[in-house]
Amino acid sequence: MTQLALVIDLNVCVGCHACVTSCKQWNTSGTAGALTDLNPYGADPNGTFFNRVQTFEVGEFPNTQTVHFPKSCLHCEDPPCVPVCPTGASYKRSEDGIVLVDYDKCIGCKYCSWACPYGAREFDEQRKVMTKCTLCVDRVTDQTLPERERKPACVLACPANARLFGDVHDPDSIVSQAIAERGGYQLMPEWGTRPANHYLPRRKTEIRIHPEDLERVDNPLKIDGKQPDVGHRGHGREDFAT
Amino acid sequence: MNPPFSAIFLTTLIGAGQGLFLVLFGTEVFLGPVALLPEARLFLAIGSSVSLVLTAGGLISSFFHLGQPQRAWRGMAMWRTSWLAREGIALPLFMLGVFGYGLVQFFGLGGSVLIGSLTALACVTLFICTGMIYVSIRFIQEWATPLTLVNYLLLGCASGAMLATLLAAWGAPGLVLSYASLAAFLVVAGLVTRSASLLRNARLKARSTLQSAIGIKHPRIVQKAQGFMGGSFNTREFFHRRAPQFLRTIKWAFLLLAFPVPLLFLAWGVTQASVLLLFLAFVVQYVGLVAERWFFFAQANHPQNLYYQTIS
Repeated sequence: MTQLALVIDLNVCVGCHACVTSCKQWNTSGTAGALTDLNPYGADPNGTFFNRVQTFEVGEFPNTQTVHFPKSCLHCEDPPCVPVCPTGASYKRSEDGIVLVDYDKCIGCKYCSWACPYGAREFDEQRKVMTKCTLCVDRVTDQTLPERERKPACVLACPANARLFGDVHDPDSIVSQAIAERGGYQLMPEWGTRPANHYLPRRKTEIRIHPEDLERVDNPLKIDGKQPDVGHRGHGREDFAT
Repeated sequence: MNPPFSAIFLTTLIGAGQGLFLVLFGTEVFLGPVALLPEARLFLAIGSSVSLVLTAGGLISSFFHLGQPQRAWRGMAMWRTSWLAREGIALPLFMLGVFGYGLVQFFGLGGSVLIGSLTALACVTLFICTGMIYVSIRFIQEWATPLTLVNYLLLGCASGAMLATLLAAWGAPGLVLSYASLAAFLVVAGLVTRSASLLRNARLKARSTLQSAIGIKHPRIVQKAQGFMGGSFNTREFFHRRAPQFLRTIKWAFLLLAFPVPLLFLAWGVTQASVLLLFLAFVVQYVGLVAERWFFFAQANHPQNLYYQTIS
């Protein structure tokens, strides 16, 4: 069974909000109708978004890390928002595992948003129905698009390639491999919702530079017209490597 | 949570209506042949119509909660999984039952015990559905306890019994004392269970933390930006934006208005045989129950709030 999902690499997300704006642009232009913007240029701007980038500071000064954290619907494998829906408007597609809202059936009771621990659903104040990330279902299933464009708008927009898209049930997909190799994890595992979206943790990137690494030990073609520094022709660091 | 007044009035109004019906039907069962006297049947019919008006008021109030009220009929579809859909079925069924019961009593027809039993079944089912809507959301820990269900049942019945006492003082004085004793018992029982849930919630430890919310295991994490500076559904629906002092005030207000104050009015009204005092008892208790329900919502701390702590 297919379970499409996003894998978000917190190690490279730079917090540029390109995924937020591209999501808004794509979904406001879709056949389902515009994503509401209320008072967009006024004092209290407001609107519906399916994706947000939040920023957290981890640690204590001076040892802090700034973590940019993109947050959208996690397309849980056991979504608590679906069984509570009284109309059946909220459903999980069996063919690809995307959690969707049928806007024509939704009565706007907001019960599903109460039943989502992640706050992934937003009630649209103009359409008066519950809306949420569709994983760009109208893009990823559109056979008229070239294969490489059949990805969610946020994934295509990400300049840092922090967003991967694929089938987390296929062990050979890039997302499954990223989860396996990089220790991908789920949010709020304590509620047993089994989110399909995973996050890749920050990695400690260290580089240790020795003085001899900065000097050329050989210069076979004498391109720069300089002779190697004879001082380092003796035993170097690598000669003692175990 | 930001308390939705539609849901507050829905639950308090139908609670009173359900409680009143249970008391009326209990009266018929308890009295046996005496309940077949025309004046008793008229009293039961009038009481049923009051119960019907209250539940209809609750139903109308619930429509204000919906974004698309014209599609409300769709809300019965998923009764296999959704407690809200079950409530959506149980409420009209209960109203139909109360209507039928009132009609049978008014015209002095037979079969009132059968209709009453079925309606009482629908009534208890409705209490369970209403309570389970909140109990079943496991990560709103303040709600996810059987005490929530017990409170909905007892507070609704207490409110209904109080109303029954008022109606009896007006139309069936012989029943006032037994109704008043029942109401007093239910008010005290409700105070015990509601206090129990308050004590439980005061000791609650949140299972979700900022650490589990973003999956970073570090004791010190602070949000620096929630991603937007204007409001959103997430900041409107799940935050009441009241000071802790306001919540404390509401808590003590409902603890007084829903329990001891109406008890005093009840005792005073019964001894003075005063319809006005009993009316005050019911109204004060109703105001207290509205405050109680407001607090019930405001106290619920949704785990999504972890993601919306700092604007920027």
